[in-house]
Amino acid sequence: MLNQIEGSLGVAKAVALCRPGVVCAYPISPQTHIVENVGKFVKEGTLKQCDFINVESEFSAMSVSIGSSAGGVRTYTATASQGLLFMAEGVYNASGLGLPIVMTVASRAIGSPINIWNDHTDSLSQRDSGWLQLFCESNQDAVDTHIMAFKIAEEVGLPVMVCMDGFVLTHAFERLDIPSQEEVDKFLPEYQPREFLDPKEPISMGAMVDPDAFTEVRFLQERKMVKALSVIERVTKEYRELTGHHSGGLLDCYNCDNATDLKLIIMGSTVGTAKDEIDRLKKEGINVGIISLKSFRPFPYEALKQAIGNTKQVICVERAFSFGARGIICPEVKRAMEGTNCEIHTALCGLGGRAIYGSTINGIVKQALAGKFTEEFTWFDINSNVLNSYLKDTEGVTFPQGPITDSQLQNSCK
Amino acid sequence: MLDQIKFYQTGSNTIGNRLLNPSMRAIQASADRPNGLISGHRACQGCGEALGARYAIDAAMRATGGKIVVANATGCLEVFSTPYPESAWQLPWIHSLFGNSAAVGSGIAAAMKVRAEKNGDAVAPRVIAQGGDGGTTDIGFGPLSGMFERNDDVLYLCYDNEAYMNTGVQRSSATPPSARTATTQLVGEHPGADWGKGKDVPMIAMAHGIPYVATATVADLRDLEEKVTKAMSFHGARYIQILTPCPLGWGCASGVTVTVARMAMETGFFPVYEAEYGKITSVRKIRQKQPVINYLKLQRRYAHLTGKKADPNVLARLQALCDTNIKNFGLLGDDEPQLTPAAIQAYERSNKV
Repeated sequence: MLNQIEGSLGVAKAVALCRPGVVCAYPISPQTHIVENVGKFVKEGTLKQCDFINVESEFSAMSVSIGSSAGGVRTYTATASQGLLFMAEGVYNASGLGLPIVMTVASRAIGSPINIWNDHTDSLSQRDSGWLQLFCESNQDAVDTHIMAFKIAEEVGLPVMVCMDGFVLTHAFERLDIPSQEEVDKFLPEYQPREFLDPKEPISMGAMVDPDAFTEVRFLQERKMVKALSVIERVTKEYRELTGHHSGGLLDCYNCDNATDLKLIIMGSTVGTAKDEIDRLKKEGINVGIISLKSFRPFPYEALKQAIGNTKQVICVERAFSFGARGIICPEVKRAMEGTNCEIHTALCGLGGRAIYGSTINGIVKQALAGKFTEEFTWFDINSNVLNSYLKDTEGVTFPQGPITDSQLQNSCK
Repeated sequence: MLDQIKFYQTGSNTIGNRLLNPSMRAIQASADRPNGLISGHRACQGCGEALGARYAIDAAMRATGGKIVVANATGCLEVFSTPYPESAWQLPWIHSLFGNSAAVGSGIAAAMKVRAEKNGDAVAPRVIAQGGDGGTTDIGFGPLSGMFERNDDVLYLCYDNEAYMNTGVQRSSATPPSARTATTQLVGEHPGADWGKGKDVPMIAMAHGIPYVATATVADLRDLEEKVTKAMSFHGARYIQILTPCPLGWGCASGVTVTVARMAMETGFFPVYEAEYGKITSVRKIRQKQPVINYLKLQRRYAHLTGKKADPNVLARLQALCDTNIKNFGLLGDDEPQLTPAAIQAYERSNKV
């Protein structure tokens, strides 16, 4: 059914259609509207046989989720930013225990300095936590990905983060096509846990594993991650056939077929902005492809290599980076393209909610085609005036206007 | 009822099962005891926690017909009972983290309720969350308070050995003043743990106005069984703090675990009582009052207070601490415990609208 509604309400409706047994909530912007709506559905009785629990912290939100998932019911929670960090110990624990929890991360920057706006620092900080991370490029994608996420999590036996850009998606009103309960019930049958805490068949979960078996436990966990690649593809295919929607997948290509000079790799809502700009550039005779990276974990090395093909240059538009190193997505793409001549760079932009406009994408494309990305890592949308107002007086350092490369930053420290 | 029976075992002040009517005998005296925590685990000799856990869990199993699920905090009990691929637990059991067993318990309780509803079962399995004093009074305190406040249907058992024993005997907020731990050593002007610090979690639990709070020790195991059984007759958040001496951490012989726990009661050092909806309902009376020194001298963690160089002022303060407990809780004779103001939520919970 078509609705003109807020993204958070759309996601709440999608989650309710999946008939969770326990939903746990702790408020943190910009995730709040999702759990507020789910709480309303439970209280008004439209979501039945579901316990909605208001807890005292994100650490408990994840811990209650661990308990309810281990107790054998479909479990959902949502968080963002500081909240994700506060629950981090439980995040690792949930994946180690193999619990198919689905959690929305309304992607937001991490402080200090405190900042409530969107970038991808929060979920990428949990890169190695053993959770699947699926990114959404639109609210329709978010609605559909949540429904797919429960199925993927339960088939793989690992928890899934559905990452949707905070505010940009969560608070945006868009036309959404919400599947019917009949469709979702057909796609996602009632949850049958493989094993759970049951007095009729007692098991011990979370035993202490010593060096004799720890590596092997980790290996088996990684096998699940690898299996997830094909599960994501299969579930996506099934969902697309059922609904006719074009959501999910490991990645999605836009205008890629003839764009052999340049492709952009982007995660999240920036894909939408970039698509519009790429359409405009096409009228100027400039052909650029976009690869929307949906699955950050597991990372789809093979699928990405095929999608890039013989493209000469790839720019990763990244909304997070690693202090003391460089980009986070770029090194993964380099691994995928090892042994080829493909040039791969990072354009870092959109930190802490700095808007990525069509003009930003236009700038990245023009600079890339002019061969100006000479280094792996560039601070693309940085404002030198702000830097200079501080650095000129304290250290006598100034930067010219425009993007700043890694070597410019390094030289300024000498 | 027990007070009327005077057939104590010689020298111990405990009542043997053989002297009791069979219907009053301990669950552990029965050949068909549930053995929730079975033998073969790796607890130390004389471990008070293993003893307390076995009695408490078996009592809960008996009270619920074996329909119990346990969430366990990280700590000795978790480590010694589940070295992969072995487990000493004969019931559904989960260990998640150090500080979250109360919240995991809340999640399990919700899941059990929802599953019972979906399956049309009249009775849902009950939930116990448990941990040591570090996992309860310190790192797990936020989730514990949250579980209390929501009145989730979880019985929380705190095995209180007054320090972080699993990590090597460091001070917790349940460590008594002047006690030696690895982080409050017997050096300097004021050896041992500081005075005026620490947390009384049973009283804090009572201040939440939850249906049932109790303290118990491994010296009075029948009392522990009765309290766990009574706790299972309530729904909502419940809390029992069990004094479980640790021979390693306290520096006592492994054969005196029960004796030292009894001394903690008989000196008034550890008051044993029950409370319902924030108000004390019963107190375990001292049978033969002992001076605090008789408790201290069993333990090397108080070695600085039992030798010739002992500071009489510190000893006097510890005795006064015991005397205050005796007065506040009415631990002697026919004394009545002082009224404890109850949280307003106690009224809400005890008077269903």
